[in-house]
Amino acid sequence: MRLMQAALVGFLVLGLVACQKKQTRPDEQGADPGGGVSTTGVDGSTTGQASDLQTAQRQALDALKTRSVIYFDYDSSEIRSEYLQVVTAHAAYLVKYPNAKVRLEGHTDERGSREYNIGLGERRAQAVRRALQLQGATEAQIATVSYGEERPAVAGGEEQALAQNRRVEIVHAQ
Amino acid sequence: MSTSIKRARRPAHWLCMLSLLGFAAPTQAQLRLDITKGTSDAVPIAVVPFGGQPEGGPADVASVVGSDLERSGRFAPMPRTDMVTRPVQGDQIRFEDWRLLKSDFLVVGQVQPGASGLAVRFELFNVATGQQLLAKELPTTEAGLRATAHRISDLVFERLTGVRGAFSTRLAYVEVEGAPPAQRYRLMVSDADGFNPRKVADSPEPLMSPAWSPDGQRLAYVSFEGKASAIYVQDLASGKRSRVSARAGINGAPAWSPDGRTLALTLSRGGNLDIYTLVLASQTLTRVTSDDAIDTESEWARDGESIYFTSDRAGSAQIYRVSADEGARAERVTFTGSYNARPRVSPDGEELAMVTLDRGNYRIAVMNLKTRALRVLSSSNQDESPSYAPNGVTLIYGTQDGGRGALATVSSDGRSQQRLSADRGELREPAWSPFPAR
Repeated sequence: MRLMQAALVGFLVLGLVACQKKQTRPDEQGADPGGGVSTTGVDGSTTGQASDLQTAQRQALDALKTRSVIYFDYDSSEIRSEYLQVVTAHAAYLVKYPNAKVRLEGHTDERGSREYNIGLGERRAQAVRRALQLQGATEAQIATVSYGEERPAVAGGEEQALAQNRRVEIVHAQ
Repeated sequence: MSTSIKRARRPAHWLCMLSLLGFAAPTQAQLRLDITKGTSDAVPIAVVPFGGQPEGGPADVASVVGSDLERSGRFAPMPRTDMVTRPVQGDQIRFEDWRLLKSDFLVVGQVQPGASGLAVRFELFNVATGQQLLAKELPTTEAGLRATAHRISDLVFERLTGVRGAFSTRLAYVEVEGAPPAQRYRLMVSDADGFNPRKVADSPEPLMSPAWSPDGQRLAYVSFEGKASAIYVQDLASGKRSRVSARAGINGAPAWSPDGRTLALTLSRGGNLDIYTLVLASQTLTRVTSDDAIDTESEWARDGESIYFTSDRAGSAQIYRVSADEGARAERVTFTGSYNARPRVSPDGEELAMVTLDRGNYRIAVMNLKTRALRVLSSSNQDESPSYAPNGVTLIYGTQDGGRGALATVSSDGRSQQRLSADRGELREPAWSPFPAR
């Protein structure tokens, strides 16, 4: 278990290095005709904001981080009752801090066709978006993206792995 | 029943030579091809080692031709160890030897100095009658020998089957390295036999859905490099690319119209996926479907008038067809089973390949568009992304091999299968190129 955690930290560090490298690529420049999703700054592109966060807000955010993934049943975008508390906690944060923004990343397991799974991941992200908005978060605070089956949390085809990959990750802008 | 032939080919030697010739040594995975299901009624053919070149090298013309023909599933090349003599031109052949060895056809040839560097002369014979069926001389260079060998395979295949060979084509596919959640994505293009892999794009964020332009010069694909999906079109010769769609929400599933001027694509407005068309020159965007369901995975009909796509508007994923005009009504195409997705039209326009849920397994199936009869071609449980060879004889698709993504091919009659796997990482989303210009 300890070994797995160490490996996970290693991958995260690798991921961060990769992200930093990516920012310097010239083909990343240029106007984004879509706007919205790519500007939420989860890759650290809005550095400086983090230090501006009030201590209370930062503490609230840290508390949320321990529960920021919602898991789904196979072929379903229904938020299971056990995750309603998670949605409520994130919604309360967004209501309390109107400047806060969140990005909902929808994912599926590996079964089925890839582009169709992009649609299923989007449907899950939209379900969480609606739940957050029902509890007072505003549309402007929420961006969604679907990765379908392209970015699994864990490898493997057994049900335990598949269940961990059917998810929406709630990522707060720092 | 089918016989199983296990055979591995190692491109490493050839790649070493490439680097000696001044090309950068590729850092990506090496590919390996295994024939997993052969046919017992494949036509026996002998491809004798060509004169004028060492045997067994990466540019061994006869070896490349033999492997190509074997991969088609229609031919069974004779092992070299069974060959009693090694003729390199027609007048050296004693046909009775080859009749005794039960070879129906015979290919002989040699590599010679030529005007442009080298020339490959080859002849094809009917062993039973001794009749010469083909005799040609192809100019080439040392570096072009494999390409010339594929050209010979094309000519032999067409002469013996009446179907144009697709051995001089290419594959695009996505290669993924690293363990989740930190993975590296590469868009690759290789020769049709998996040799000569070249990197087209490389990203720490997902790359997906490569689609060849009808002229084979460009690839459209989806990249998440901006932390959201966008569609790019990249010219393969120059590497130059342009971002053709990065609208808010999903930009996915690009598909070229037969005239190469328009992309069908999937966009989302308020989270609802629909099919649109985008005229590349004018950037004119037209909405084709508007349903609350997931509409995605466009594929143009051969006449460019209508678009096949996946939709779950009836509750589960099924394939529909809609006129490419604005606001047309879609008609359902598939009715067998609870899941049919990712349609691909056969080159003759008569069949539709798709992913189907077959007794709990995702498999590749082909449906006859007239009779609606569906036949399942693959036999694993996680098969996806079918793509036809431009001659329609073979399909390539994504599968799993020991829990890792690999590519597999299957003849459109389902009788012969092969697997293309990497020595590391995963392979997925193969797309077979169009024919090169004649």
